[in-house]
Parts: sequence; structure tokens; C-alpha cells
Amino acid sequence: MFWNREMETISGADLEALQLSRLKWTVHHSQNVDFYRRKFRDAGVTPDDIKTLDDVEKLPFTYKKELRDAYPFGNIAVPMKQVVRIHTTSGTTGKPTVVSYTKQDLDNWSELIARNLTMIGLTDEDIFQNAVNYGLFTGGLGFHYGAEKIGATVIPSATGNTRRQIEMIQDFGVTAIHCTPSYGMHLAEVAEEMGASLDTLRIGIFGAEPWSENMRKELEERLGVEAFDSYGMSEMYGPGAAFECPEHDGLHLWKDCYLAEIIDPVTGERLPDGEKGELVVTPLVKEAMPLVRYRTGDITRILTDDCPCGRGRRLARITGRADDMLVIRGINVFPSQIEHTLLSIPEVGDQFMVYVDRINHLDEMTIEVEINRKSFSGELADLARLQKKVAEAIKETLNLRTTVKLVEPGSLPRFEGKARHVVDRRNEVW
Amino acid sequence: MAEKKYIIKQVSIFSENKPGRLAAIAHALEEAGINILAFSIAEANGFGVVRALVNKPEKAHDCLTKLGFMVSFTDVIAVSMRDEPGGLYEIAHILGDAGVNIEYSYAYSGKDAAVLILRVDQVEEGIDRILAAGGKLLRVDQFQ
Repeated sequence: MFWNREMETISGADLEALQLSRLKWTVHHSQNVDFYRRKFRDAGVTPDDIKTLDDVEKLPFTYKKELRDAYPFGNIAVPMKQVVRIHTTSGTTGKPTVVSYTKQDLDNWSELIARNLTMIGLTDEDIFQNAVNYGLFTGGLGFHYGAEKIGATVIPSATGNTRRQIEMIQDFGVTAIHCTPSYGMHLAEVAEEMGASLDTLRIGIFGAEPWSENMRKELEERLGVEAFDSYGMSEMYGPGAAFECPEHDGLHLWKDCYLAEIIDPVTGERLPDGEKGELVVTPLVKEAMPLVRYRTGDITRILTDDCPCGRGRRLARITGRADDMLVIRGINVFPSQIEHTLLSIPEVGDQFMVYVDRINHLDEMTIEVEINRKSFSGELADLARLQKKVAEAIKETLNLRTTVKLVEPGSLPRFEGKARHVVDRRNEVW
Repeated sequence: MAEKKYIIKQVSIFSENKPGRLAAIAHALEEAGINILAFSIAEANGFGVVRALVNKPEKAHDCLTKLGFMVSFTDVIAVSMRDEPGGLYEIAHILGDAGVNIEYSYAYSGKDAAVLILRVDQVEEGIDRILAAGGKLLRVDQFQ
């Protein structure tokens, strides 16, 4: 199903012409922001250098740090009276990043959410529980208005009080839920403990953190939903910039609104379609906070074939973050690989924590994992065998020796927002 | 089955190797009014198993499970041994001759005699051999 068939299926010369005219507008518009004027001057380029879509490669990248340094309103390209809302993104250090919206921006954003929801089969008949953080986090209000736009009945349940969330699903006959994948697993766990049936649910939308195909299987089985991946970030309005269609094979990034490039995160060079690298995005219709070649930090690739659904080329699902990537003794490690491995071992749970230390100049990785209650025989020898089994499976996947610690079920932190599975305790001296 | 009255249910509890875990287990048992008759801790790499003989094993299992501990039962036997040189040898010798392997054991020295708690690979065979050799086993009801 299409919400806006014309824009969702636009391709070929029509798409290129639209993208080029919008790119030119965006690049000109960016010059209303001090730091963009400075960046363009330093790079020796002007907005008029954009004659073709490929000319975007001449432009400098924008980094998250630059947006944060512009705190609070230094990245805004319109008069403040045109700004109708701000959100912030949590920063791990210091001040957050402020993202701002004009009225048109909010309309654009809810249009994209409406496309996503319609694409996966939601209609005005659906009852939609939005179990993500409302407030400064973009996931709450973003989905809220998009779901209202298609006429669904929206329950702004937000996060927390999991038992109450489950009661709402039952009492209101909720058909679709949006939450983080880790919270989805937590919901399933609690529902199972309560003996609660969630049989009205048919669609689950999971985003804000990467999740594996194994996790899809678990979410679908335990919640009884068809699971869809939602992608976005506050800098690109919020969630919904790209979304999975019912083919479940990649994300549709809305091409009339975002220009995507894949680059080598180290050299910054553009990579050919099909190769894995960092996603760089130039939004094409953003008013309050235009961005030029924004480094998302997300690792993906452009799939080279067209999707059977009619919406053209897709991005592969995000497999990790350029900055989540750990380099352990010279080997690249993504937390998603660890998750994937643990899910294949039924004797342990799927929650985990990774600690990285430097001991005698050597990186040491310790993985804490919960034992599955049912697999505890009471024998120390069985536990030691399990510990060895997990360590061997991780070694096979990562080609890395790790220390595996078995911990009690329920003792590891559950994440309602973005999961933080990795604690890197190495000094930042290399 | 005559051996059954000698098969004692040991409560085995998983515990991470960190301060306060034993206290948490012991406190839970105290609250439930359960007495610990014998116990030991086996430790491996970063975790351990607390093994306890208690007067109310089912109740201990329930209350610890409710608190989130991972608990299971293990069949063990308890042999009364002479509390003097050679007491342990007598018992170990019987089992060794019979080809019954001792996986682990712990002991306490009580008022009347010393007691050896044994986890063996063939429980019934072990019981038969000890009884046949004139050894004395403690019955389940003696722990209640």
C-alpha cells in the first residue's frame, strides 16, 4: 500500500531532477548558518558549484560534533519565530545536540511516518501503542503525529511500567506497537511471566538501535508480530527516514527527501554501490536545520537491485555504528555480532554486557551473559562446560579470545532506550 | 525401593563470585525459617555453586527461586563415619573397590559422629555397597 505513490516510486531522470533541484536549494539555504559559511569558505567551494548530483562530493562533511558545538541555536537557518519545536539528542558528554523544526519540517516528518506505516499495512483501523520515550527524544512525538495522520488510534503509552503496557495491549486490543527491540524482548519476557496473551498484536516496529535477524525471529515468535525495522536519527528529523517494507530485505530511505552516499569511514572516499561503509546523508527538504553530507556513523551499503515493492533501491539494514565498532587487538568487533552468537546458544539468555580493558598492554574483552534458568543442572561441571561453549562460539565468530562470565538470570541491565552493551575501560592512549 | 530413604536432596544454588551473594542466600533461608545442616561452596571461574543440606529442601527451593536465584536439586548420600583416624578411609575404600566414583564431597563433625556428604556417579550402587559393608547411612528423615 502507498501513502504517496508518486513520491514513493519516483525513479530515473525524474528522481535525479528532483534531487538536484532540492540539493541546490539545501546547499544555498545552508549558507544562513555561520558554521556552514565558514566550512564552505575553508573548503573553497560555493553553492553554485553544484551543477550535478555528483558535485555533492566537492562539499565538506558535517560532523555531529559541529552540531553539538553550535549549542543551543547556532545550527538554525531560519528566524527563531519560524521554529515551532525543538528536540535534543542525548550526548554522552557535556551538552546535548539541539535539533529544530519549522511547521513545514513537522509536516514533512509526519508525511514520512505516514508513508512508512501505510507501507507496512497500517490503516485507520489499527490501534497503535507508541511505547517509546515521549518528550525530548524524537521517537515519541515523531511517530505519534505520523500515526494520527493515517488515522490510526494512537496510545501514547511512552516507556516504563511494563505490566501496565501489557494490560493496555490486552484491554485496548492493540494491533501494532512501536518500541526499541530490547524493550520488545523485555515486554515478551514480562508477558510470559504474567501468562498474558498478546494475540491482538500483529505488527511490531522496532528502532533506535540495530537488531539482528535472529532477534527478528525471537521478537516475531514471542510477541506474535511481523517485525519491521525503523531507521532514522534526530538530525534527519527523527525515526522514519528509512523503513523496512514487507519484503523485509533492506530499508527504503525516502529519496525525495534524503540524498545518500556510502563512504569509507577512514579515508572519506565515496564507495561504489554494494560496498559496505558509513552512510552519509544530505537531507533535501529540511528548513530549520539543513545539513550537508552529514556523517551518520552508521554502517550499511546500497543494495544494487530494485525492491519488488516498487520503491527502488534500498539500503541494507544497519549492521553497526562506525563509533560502536570496537577494535580489540586489531580486530573489528560489532556488538551485534556478539548478540547474534549468544542467540544461537539456548542455554544462555540474549542480554549481555561487554567490558574492554587493557591489561599489560593487551586488550582483554570480558562478556557477561545470563544463564537460562531452565538449563541450570546444579552441577559446577555443566556450568564450566557452558562457559567454554560460549567462549568457543564467540571465538569462532570474532576470531578473538574472550573471557566469558556467567551471571544470574535477570541481573544484567535491561535498556528501555538505546541499549548500551559496551563499556570500554581502556585508557584513550594508543 | 529401599535405597530411596537414603537419597537426600541437596539444594544447589548458582552464585556469582562477588561479595554479598552468600549473605543474600543465607538471609533468605533465615527469613523462611530454614535450617542449614551442612553446606559447601564450589567455585569455578567467576561463579560458584552453593550446596546445602537443609531441613526443608522444597521450601528452600521455592523461596530462593522466588527471589530470583537459580536453584536445583541434586541427589547425594550422607554416611556416618568414625570421628577418628581411618574413618574417611573406610568409606572411600568401599566405594573405590565397587568402582563408584565420588564426584565431590564435604563433611561435618557432629556430636555423635562425623558425617560425609557424597555426590557419586551411581547413587543406588553406592548405597548398596556401603550398607553391605556394614556402613551407616543417614536417612532423609534425619535431616528434617
